[in-house]
Amino acid sequence: METYYHPPDLGKFAEMGKGNAALWEKFMSYYSAVFAEGALSEREKALIALGVAHAVQCPYCIDAYTQACLEKGSNVEEMTEAVHVACAIRGGASLVHGVQMRNVAAKLSM
Amino acid sequence: MLVTLKSRMNPLSSTDEQLRILSARNGFPAFEEKLHGTGLAPLRATRITNFQVNVGKLCNQTCAHCHVDAGPDRREIMSRETAELCIRALEQTDIPTVDITGGAPELAPCFRYLVEESKKLGRHVMDRCNLTVLLVASQADLAEFLARHQVEIIASLPYFRAAQTDAQRGEGVFDKSIRALRLLNDLGYGRENSGLKLNLIYNPVGAFLPPKQEAIEQQFRRELAQKHGVAFNHLYTMTNMPISRFLEFLLNTNNYEGYMERLVNAFNTTAAAGVMCRTMISVGWNGTLYDCDFNQMLELPTGDGTPRHIRDFDAKQLHERVIVTNNHCYGCTAGAGSSCGGATI
Repeated sequence: METYYHPPDLGKFAEMGKGNAALWEKFMSYYSAVFAEGALSEREKALIALGVAHAVQCPYCIDAYTQACLEKGSNVEEMTEAVHVACAIRGGASLVHGVQMRNVAAKLSM
Repeated sequence: MLVTLKSRMNPLSSTDEQLRILSARNGFPAFEEKLHGTGLAPLRATRITNFQVNVGKLCNQTCAHCHVDAGPDRREIMSRETAELCIRALEQTDIPTVDITGGAPELAPCFRYLVEESKKLGRHVMDRCNLTVLLVASQADLAEFLARHQVEIIASLPYFRAAQTDAQRGEGVFDKSIRALRLLNDLGYGRENSGLKLNLIYNPVGAFLPPKQEAIEQQFRRELAQKHGVAFNHLYTMTNMPISRFLEFLLNTNNYEGYMERLVNAFNTTAAAGVMCRTMISVGWNGTLYDCDFNQMLELPTGDGTPRHIRDFDAKQLHERVIVTNNHCYGCTAGAGSSCGGATI
């Protein structure tokens, strides 16, 4: 069956550097700095990344950060909560726009 | 309860079959090849500081990740005669640490003899303990014995929650482990200034690398203290080795290639320089000598020209011997490194 996504493609991420090595180096340098231990621990950052991966629905990130969370000492219970955080924010973002709906409805209605 | 590969007559109970799988490689370089680029080849011992004795494969558990294929049906147990040869060999050296492992080493009849005689020689003694053995009826006085002889306990606890621990070690093991840890704490183990060291070993519950040792130690300390009132000294992380039952798990779940790729890609030269085989000698239940417990379980004895049995133990020849390696060695050189004493960098 043909599909757009192939799991082995995650391992080829670095090939993006072949199109422009300088930009790739800048991106990877920033990326590494973002995920380094800071005010937030590496584990906390991995959980945030996992939540964001579900919000943007990137299968590569979901694959990579599921493994990363486990390798930072997290567990399925924590990771499930992170997914629910993504769900709550995405759902909430739709819901809060309902205020706009209510504003328009109020203007138009008698 | 899981059963051993041996009792199921699984093909993986043959070390030839395991080595055939490990040698097939599937596109990654052989470990020896990888070492050549680092300046460490041939890998040599530096000086033996750890005399590790595996007293046998009998165990009261059958953990899913076990590289020994230990279990209640195993009958390979060190004889008193072989244990005496171990003490005779130790007497001829100044190796400071005796590290007793298994299976569940405490179940071997020679275990207490080895502890007592090693202590008489002034050596530091470590017991690789699965915790639940302390609750076995025949071992009712074991905890007190260990405390009396000031044995350092290195206890396996893969996670601070029951779901993960039981998934790896068997149903109910987490609750029993907590009971055993409280028993040890009551004797002074893990308490500041007691002199009784209680260290934990973390193994990933699956096909992934361990977290940073310091970070997971903090999590364990907080969770075990707050939820169970348990204290310990330190936590060490150990990578699961693609041997025996963990190899079976990798193959059955289609994780073998991905896991080996992870290990190979995480190869760390600094970790390679600090591998435990360089400062250890491993004695098998029948007296055969190995570079480490993993080589022991793959039946890869010490190299050509070095003593192969405890009766021929010669510290001078063994201190700087060439180490026998194979592709399972990628497990000890990945990331922050792995050893019986935790991360190596």
